[in-house]
Amino acid sequence: MIEVINDKCDFCGVCVAVCPVDSIDLFEARIEIKQNCIDCMLCVWICPVETLAAIEKLQEVECETAMIV
Amino acid sequence: MRDSYDCIVVGGGPGGAWAAKHAAENGVSVLLLEKDREVGIPVRCAEAVSEKGLKTVVEPQPRWISNIIEGFVIVSPDGREVAIDTGKERGYMLDRKIFDYDLVQMATMNGVEVMTKAYVYDLIKPNGTVQGVRVQHMGEHHDIRARIVIGADGVESRVGRWAGLRTNIKMKDMESCLQMTLSNIKVDPKYIYFYLGRDVAPGGYLWIFPKNERVANVGLGISGEYARYKSAKEYLKEFIGRHFPNAAVLYTVVGGVPCATTLKKIVADGLMLVGDAAHQVNPISGGGITTAMIAGKIAGGVAAKAIAEDDVSENRLSQYARDWHKAEGKNHERTYKIKQAVYKLTDEDLNKTADTILSVPLEKRTLANIFRTALFRHPSLILDVVKVFMTK
Repeated sequence: MIEVINDKCDFCGVCVAVCPVDSIDLFEARIEIKQNCIDCMLCVWICPVETLAAIEKLQEVECETAMIV
Repeated sequence: MRDSYDCIVVGGGPGGAWAAKHAAENGVSVLLLEKDREVGIPVRCAEAVSEKGLKTVVEPQPRWISNIIEGFVIVSPDGREVAIDTGKERGYMLDRKIFDYDLVQMATMNGVEVMTKAYVYDLIKPNGTVQGVRVQHMGEHHDIRARIVIGADGVESRVGRWAGLRTNIKMKDMESCLQMTLSNIKVDPKYIYFYLGRDVAPGGYLWIFPKNERVANVGLGISGEYARYKSAKEYLKEFIGRHFPNAAVLYTVVGGVPCATTLKKIVADGLMLVGDAAHQVNPISGGGITTAMIAGKIAGGVAAKAIAEDDVSENRLSQYARDWHKAEGKNHERTYKIKQAVYKLTDEDLNKTADTILSVPLEKRTLANIFRTALFRHPSLILDVVKVFMTK
């Protein structure tokens, strides 16, 4: 699962841009992860200021798959 | 505000402003929607632009320019400074707050209406054709109709996604960026600095762009491929701690830059994408102000014609995509190939290249000369780059 720490967020939208399944909603001062999130971690990795955090550690294999998307 | 316009532009950056201006100039009614409360703020940009590039799209005004750049210095991974003489070619440090504001103001002089704090949350899209936008403004929801919607809504381009365009980007090509405007430092305002190397900014570069001798934008972009292991924030904190330990931070800003080629599809029925939203960014430098304005001008012109002809189909609007490709798109594809070649260079390769360039006297260190010298001394290093030029 991905957790959003909105206090850290600058609302630049880079997470939205890399999400392979359009799972991130960017509102005026808030981002939300929708139900269809596949936990690929791309948003967690790309965020320049560590706004998004993985709550559970995922299998390495799944991460590699997501990287190819 | 009316409930319908010929054309709606989403996003009030340079691309959006120029699209709106040129659509209106060609006789159609235009509404420009900006999500923030003021155009130009926050500045999500390192603010450097080439004089030559800017002059192709607009006559530069002194109040936009905070500093004039006369050359650049590349710092190799092992810390050697390589100055490059750019000859007569100069760069500007823009004050984007004023610049963006003025561009939109110029658009309004052609009759463009503007709405700020206008948050577009969806498209009106019955049976697949884009026919307007849904906006939240001062606590109220509005449906505003338009024959054509131009999405100039930045790297995240929600407009493109809602219209069904494939806007995804490879992690490798997305630069994760962070910048701080530092004060109480000492820099030579005539030069901009680029730092290269795996330890400084893997898959990207770190920049120092001075606004004056005491203030500079210091930031970096790292490729998404590496961002996984360490964030942009950590890299920048380390650099500033090492190089500017006494600096005060006046401003911090975050962003993503799509350093890829233009999206395969930038038009749909009733819709066009412009600027970062269409990935119209120089894939090596990450610069996108001028290119967004070139695209905006083309898109605005095509939009006005298409509306006058009462044909806003994807087929009609694809003239924008073709004209863009002719104007800049091809060049971007070539630059992207060079980026891929440069991307492969290791720190050791970059250090060796610095050696070569440093052996050329400064007054002869033009880009063309450096290229010739490097080719002569280390042909293997730049073989890929040469291939790109040869097959152009």
